[in-house]
Amino acid sequence: MDLKLKIWRQENAKAKGRFETYHVTNISPDCSFLEMLDILNESLVDKFEMPIAFEHDCREGICGTCSLYINGRPHGPDAGITVCQMHMRRFKDGSTIVIEPWRARSFPVLRDLMIDRTAFDEIIQAGGYISIATGNAPDAHALPVPKNKADLAMDAAACIGCGACVAACKNASAMLFVSAKVAQLALLPQGRPEAARRVQAMVAKMDELGFGNCTNTYACEAECPKEIKITNIALMNREFFAAKVCSQKEMAGTSGAG
Amino acid sequence: MTRLNSKIPAGPLEDKWNTYKATQNLVNPANKRKIDIIVVGSGLAGAAAAASLGELGFKVKCFTYHDSPRRAHSIAAQGGINAAKNYRNDGDSVYRLFIDTIKGGDYRSREANVYRLAEVSNAIIDQCVAQGVPFAREYGGLLDNRSFGGALVSRTFYARGQTGQQLLLGAYGALSKEIHKGSVTMYNRRDMLDVVVVDGRARGIIVRDNVTGAIERHSAHAVILATGGYGNVFFLSTMAMHSNGSSAWQAYKKGAFFGNPSFTQIHPTCIPVHGEYQSKLTLMSESLRNDGRIWVPAKKEDARKIQKGELKPIDIPEEDRDYYLERKYPAYGNLSPRDISSRAAKERCDAGHGVGSTGLAVYLDFADAIKRLGRNVIEARYGNLFQMYEKIVDDNPYETPMMIFPAVHYTMGGTWVDYELQSTIPGLFVTGEANFSDHGANRLGASALMQGLSDGYFVIPYTVQNYLADQFKVPRFSTELPEFAVAEKEVRDQIDRLLSIKGKRSVDTFHRELGKIMWDYVGMARNKEGLEKALKLIPELRAEFWKDVRVPGKAGELNPELQKATRLADFLELGELMALDALHREESCGGHFREEHQTPDGEALRNDKDFLHVAAWEYKGPDQKPELHKEPLKYEFVEVKQRSYK
Amino acid sequence: MSKFLRFSSLTKKIIMAFAGGFLMVFLPVHLGINFFILPITENHQDIFRDAVHFMTTFPLIKVMEIVLIAAFIIHLLYGFILQVQNWVARPVRYKKEGWSHTSFFSKFMIHTGVIITIFLVIHFMNFYFVRLGLTSPPEGPYRVADDHDFYFMAVNLFTNKTYSIVYIVLLVLLGFHLNHAFQSAFQSLGLTHSKYTPYIKAIGDIYSIVVPLGFILIPLYFLIYY
Repeated sequence: MDLKLKIWRQENAKAKGRFETYHVTNISPDCSFLEMLDILNESLVDKFEMPIAFEHDCREGICGTCSLYINGRPHGPDAGITVCQMHMRRFKDGSTIVIEPWRARSFPVLRDLMIDRTAFDEIIQAGGYISIATGNAPDAHALPVPKNKADLAMDAAACIGCGACVAACKNASAMLFVSAKVAQLALLPQGRPEAARRVQAMVAKMDELGFGNCTNTYACEAECPKEIKITNIALMNREFFAAKVCSQKEMAGTSGAG
Repeated sequence: MTRLNSKIPAGPLEDKWNTYKATQNLVNPANKRKIDIIVVGSGLAGAAAAASLGELGFKVKCFTYHDSPRRAHSIAAQGGINAAKNYRNDGDSVYRLFIDTIKGGDYRSREANVYRLAEVSNAIIDQCVAQGVPFAREYGGLLDNRSFGGALVSRTFYARGQTGQQLLLGAYGALSKEIHKGSVTMYNRRDMLDVVVVDGRARGIIVRDNVTGAIERHSAHAVILATGGYGNVFFLSTMAMHSNGSSAWQAYKKGAFFGNPSFTQIHPTCIPVHGEYQSKLTLMSESLRNDGRIWVPAKKEDARKIQKGELKPIDIPEEDRDYYLERKYPAYGNLSPRDISSRAAKERCDAGHGVGSTGLAVYLDFADAIKRLGRNVIEARYGNLFQMYEKIVDDNPYETPMMIFPAVHYTMGGTWVDYELQSTIPGLFVTGEANFSDHGANRLGASALMQGLSDGYFVIPYTVQNYLADQFKVPRFSTELPEFAVAEKEVRDQIDRLLSIKGKRSVDTFHRELGKIMWDYVGMARNKEGLEKALKLIPELRAEFWKDVRVPGKAGELNPELQKATRLADFLELGELMALDALHREESCGGHFREEHQTPDGEALRNDKDFLHVAAWEYKGPDQKPELHKEPLKYEFVEVKQRSYK
Repeated sequence: MSKFLRFSSLTKKIIMAFAGGFLMVFLPVHLGINFFILPITENHQDIFRDAVHFMTTFPLIKVMEIVLIAAFIIHLLYGFILQVQNWVARPVRYKKEGWSHTSFFSKFMIHTGVIITIFLVIHFMNFYFVRLGLTSPPEGPYRVADDHDFYFMAVNLFTNKTYSIVYIVLLVLLGFHLNHAFQSAFQSLGLTHSKYTPYIKAIGDIYSIVVPLGFILIPLYFLIYY
């Protein structure tokens, strides 16, 4: 396959970026998309140019590191997969592919196609966990969890934190990411004691970091490589509403809400 | 006399860990605040350790090369985590998990370590459930289990095909909680480039900020390495692209012995290699072997026709299929341990029965399971794995058998540590896959997650304290000490040297070449001649690397090629040590198979008389032969016998 | 005021949903009265006038009128604030913008919203402000008796063909807005359920077609018969 690539190049966070056009030839359709970029990078190194910086690690769709906006869609044209799982057979020979970094105020570009997603870590740090210390947890069978709830929690927990939801959303909203964690822990009985506190803290952090607001366009759900459902967002809205209305003035320490 | 002291507590096996905990030294809560601990790595072992130590009150600094601690490669573990809960009432116990693990490791691990691992396995499950890890459950609301290779009981807990992810996110949550509290400071996007030793103790590290290129010094009272395995020395492996052995290698060069470096696990169920450009291999969970049957055509001419594309697998009638695992190992069949299954696949392919266009693949067939259980059940169990396979190979595994082939997956070898997980450098602890520890010569499925979390949650928080008990009197270290300056200069010099070569070949071309040498001569089957060849080829390649590598860009910027180059420089030395270790071990055991040492029917032949020991290698300087130290393995409680899965 | 701005994004959305929801309840009431502009019964003019009289004088309705206006203002204000924040959240735009599959009308809520607002201002000037004595009643073939004579005000407007066509176009746009708004309000309030959400969506679709269509029937009648 021969392809024309329009790729965003930007030397560092402060530099002004631009699109560069590259041509790659003789690409096997069985080659993965990132391997195609590897081949391009090899050719750039051959010419003593800086290779294109892009993020990747596990290359099997689970680490959530890869983050490319391809032809107007995060993770490319296929639903339910990450870029690293996409193969070149998905594209037509001779076509042009536009590759951009994910754009959001909260995800600044570091170099070329690499972005900084520490904002997601900060949201989790604000409360995306169950506050228990290591050791002496009750027996795993002490607390039965209805299977359907456990399954829904697992659906939400499958989030890989890649940020495709933010990239896809016309408002750069992080609601799907935040709600996936809120929902996972709100659905499980272990997570109930601090559910009210968690949802308020995480939403506050999300707002503070400058993500946009949800306008229920559902682009996030359409682009999520793990197909996280927008029902998680509804669940978070519900949790948040209940928490705001019912929780006591001092946020900490009350568990009655929700 | 060897300097190795494994510090195994005396007493009966089942009392050793309790005795240790009851008699160890502790640090008073007020003093914990005065003590700094560095944790390198944020996978299961690293995140669990950093979070647990933070909870105890230590000041922890945690480092990762990723953009977020949640991305560590523990996340890719699919199948599950073992624990001796015996929730199935099928005869499991701590002792049985211990025996299975010892036997799975082909009697090359320490009894006391393995027993401790089995002992804390139950607490891990409790801990993870309390953290909100959504393990698979049954309709009654209690936890489900599945079976895994090398065991006769169902003791594996799982969260769909994403158990590693869920456990890691649990640990990441705990870590995030401590970061929020301020007890842990997180340093993302840092490559550790050296360990700093002051007065014989590990007191800090040198890291490079991969975004700015700045070289930073960090000091602490103790350093914990949880940096994973070094399987990427083979270039193609199931490891993440950036997984590396550099931290372990830096520690080795500063005096930490390297244990059993040649012990590599080749996983039997990976998607076969498909082209020159391939960058990594994808694992298909071992859990598939619960329902899939592995076979190759019994007739070579059928295999040839399949390789040429003239025949399809469904054209081969039942009687012409060779279900070789079921034939050779009737007791364990398709659930035989990984080393045995991998070698059997290689043996069949070498004999000309392999399938796929390269002849380097075997079938994993679900037709029977679909007939027996229905497509829906199979879809519920393995849907995501089937989908992943179809995306990569463009074949539908519901209709045609999957093709699989072994690939490098895990390194049992690693930094030598004692019972306290402390290396031969005092104050340098090593946890998880990075240490050589608990798996002997072969790791059983669903045991890596168990070990990472056991080390991180339940072992290191105790043993580090034992070391630190008298350290609170030592004031915080200044990074202005001359030892830090020297280490930083070495790091800078190495980077400058790499950038100044300006040769003709890219880093990846060298890495591919190293990988090929390693796979051909230090891979699944090894022999004296091949290993000697590797020992000649690797130094030659290394010399060429240092003469002809091309690293574009500058030191003071985000430079992925430079990161790759610094890591490969270490792999080029580590590969040689692996070959050396494989050459020294004149026996076959677990994942280490020497062709000279096999039984008449092709099984691994151990030599317990001469090799019932851990090989710990000591660095003696550049281009010097490392010195071999032997830690004898004393089996006091278990009878050492020939492994049999027949 | 600053407190309203400092509300969290979710609080703003919940308020948006409540305000919008209230407006959606009001619309069918408005439509019900409007129908009597048409000669559906013999005394339709009287019924219409009585209804208008009731709506403009009954004390409880007077209170609701304030709530309604407040709902309009809040809905508009928050819609605007949220939109500005959303623009700010992505300072550098994509070269190849959004090819993702989304709920279609959801992408144009601000656009349909702004157009409806403009229409609403005109609508207020034609009726509500006349009653308050702020504007003069719309000119037309019929003489408007007093500033409470909404019947002839309406008839005057609808006999103007341009007005009627613009009105129809605007109500189609309102339909687009409502189509997304209906189920969106339930989503924002967290009222989703695996069993009932499909029905909510279906009801939303029906609502967003039937209500604007009802309003459209009136100018259609005038276009055809006048």
